[in-house]
Amino acid sequence: MSQPGETRYTQEHEWMRMDSAGVGVVGITHFAQEQLGDIVFIELPEVGRVVNQGEDVAVIESVKAAADCKAPASGTVLEVNPLLKDQPGKVNEDPRGQGWFFKLKLAEPAQFAALMDEAAYEASIAK
Amino acid sequence: MSLRHTPLHELHLELGARMVEFAGYAMPVQYPPGIIREHLHTRSRASLFDVSHMGQVRVCGPGAASALERLVPGDIVALAPGRQRYTFLTGEAGGVLDDLMVANTGPELLLVVNASRKQADLAHLRAALEPALRVEVIEERALLALQGPEAAAVMRRVCAGAAALPFMSNVAASLDGVACFISRSGYTGEDGFEISVPAADAVRVAGRLLGEPGVAPAGLGARDSLRLEAGLCLYGHELDASTSPIEAGLAWTIPRVRRAGGERAGGFPGAPRILRELRDGPVRRLVGLRPEGRAPIREGEDLYDAQGEAAGRVTSGGFGPTLDSPVALAYVAGALAGAGGSLHAVVRGKPRPCAIVSLPFVAHRYFKRA
Repeated sequence: MSQPGETRYTQEHEWMRMDSAGVGVVGITHFAQEQLGDIVFIELPEVGRVVNQGEDVAVIESVKAAADCKAPASGTVLEVNPLLKDQPGKVNEDPRGQGWFFKLKLAEPAQFAALMDEAAYEASIAK
Repeated sequence: MSLRHTPLHELHLELGARMVEFAGYAMPVQYPPGIIREHLHTRSRASLFDVSHMGQVRVCGPGAASALERLVPGDIVALAPGRQRYTFLTGEAGGVLDDLMVANTGPELLLVVNASRKQADLAHLRAALEPALRVEVIEERALLALQGPEAAAVMRRVCAGAAALPFMSNVAASLDGVACFISRSGYTGEDGFEISVPAADAVRVAGRLLGEPGVAPAGLGARDSLRLEAGLCLYGHELDASTSPIEAGLAWTIPRVRRAGGERAGGFPGAPRILRELRDGPVRRLVGLRPEGRAPIREGEDLYDAQGEAAGRVTSGGFGPTLDSPVALAYVAGALAGAGGSLHAVVRGKPRPCAIVSLPFVAHRYFKRA
C-alpha cells in the first residue's frame, strides 16, 4: 500500500503525491519545467471533471511551445491550484511545491502504486 | 549528420546554455536565466547574442553594386561606403528567396544572409554574378550582436571608433586589439551593434563584452521573442518564395529609384508582381495580433472573421515578455487588414479573439543622432 506523502512519477514527467486517503496532488517535474522553459499560461481542468489515466487534463504554454499534462491516474478533479492563473511561473520556480496543478480523487488507488518511484524516474530521465 | 559548432560553442556550454539544432548548427536557445529574463534584460540593459550561424558573404569586383541590384529591389548603386541596407533576393514569382543586409565596406559588398538560406543564396548569387564578380563565403569569422539601450555605452568603453556610428552604418575598428567589422544594426528593435570578428578571436571579444557591466548573454529564444515584439519578419515564417515583400509590409525597403517611373525602375526578379502590388495593394497583408488572454496562439493557426469565414493564418505566435501578453504575426485578407479589426482563432476547440493592431508591438528604439 502507498503511504501518505509518498510521490510517484509518470513517463510523461508528471508527479503525484498522495496527500490523504485516496487523494493525489499532481504537478509536473523539475525536469519537465526545465525542458519547457518559462511557463506563461496553464489551462487547468474544471473541478469535478472525471478523467481517465493518461488523458490530457491540462495544457501548459511556455514561451517556446505548448505541452499537455496527462492524468497520472483515473479519478475526479477535486481542486485546482488558484495561484497558477496569475503566477504560472511558480511551476518553474517550485514545481514540486507551490507549482502544483490539481488534486485528484483516485478511482483506482492501485494505479498509484504502479507508477514509477523516484529512483526509477530519475533513472529514466538520466538516459 | 553532426551539427556545426560556432567559434563560441565552448563558451555557451560554460555559460550553461541549453543547446538546440538550428539550421544545421548547435545554437544556444537560452542560458540559465531563461527566455523571459534574457528578453527583458535586452530591453532594459544589453545582451550579447551569438549569430555566427548566419552567412557572411563577400561580393567584390568591378560593377558589383549594379550587378547585385539586378537581384534585389533595393538601392545598392547609391549605397555609400560605410552604409548598409536591408533588402531581399527576389524570385521570378515576386516572392522572397532570402532577406539580407548589404553593407558597402568600401572595397567590397558584405552580405549577411540567413543561416537556413546560405547554400541556396550562394548558388543563386554565383549563378548570377560569377565569373565577372567574386562571391565568397567568409567562413573564418564569427558574428556577435550586442543589443539593448546600454549597448552604445558598452561600445564607448570597448571600441570608441564604433560607438558613434549612425544607425545602418558600419566601420572597420579594433575592439580589444582585434580587427572587427562593426555595424549599428540588429534584430531586436533596440539600439545595438553587430560585430563580425575573426573566429580565432571570437571568444576573447565575447568575453570582453560579457565582462562589461550591464551585459548578459541571450539565446535564440529571446532573439525570436524580441524580433516578434519588434514586428520583424523571420524567413520561413513571414517570408518565403511565394510571399512578396509588399505583402510582408516591407514596401519601405524599395526606394523610388527602383519603383515605376524611377531611374532604375524594376530590373529585379519578380518586378512585375512587386511593382503591381506597390500600385494596387497586395491581396493579403501581414498584421499584428494581440490574442485575448495569456495563452499564445502559435504558428499555423487559421484565423476566421466574425462570420466564421477563413480570413488568414498565423505565421509566428508567441509570448511578448515586454507586453506580458501573447503576440502573433499573421497574413490576413487585405480588406480585413486594418488595425482596429478583430479576428479569431480556434484553439483546442475554443474561439480565441485576436485584435488586429499596428506593428511593431513594441516601439523601435534605434539610434538617432541628436
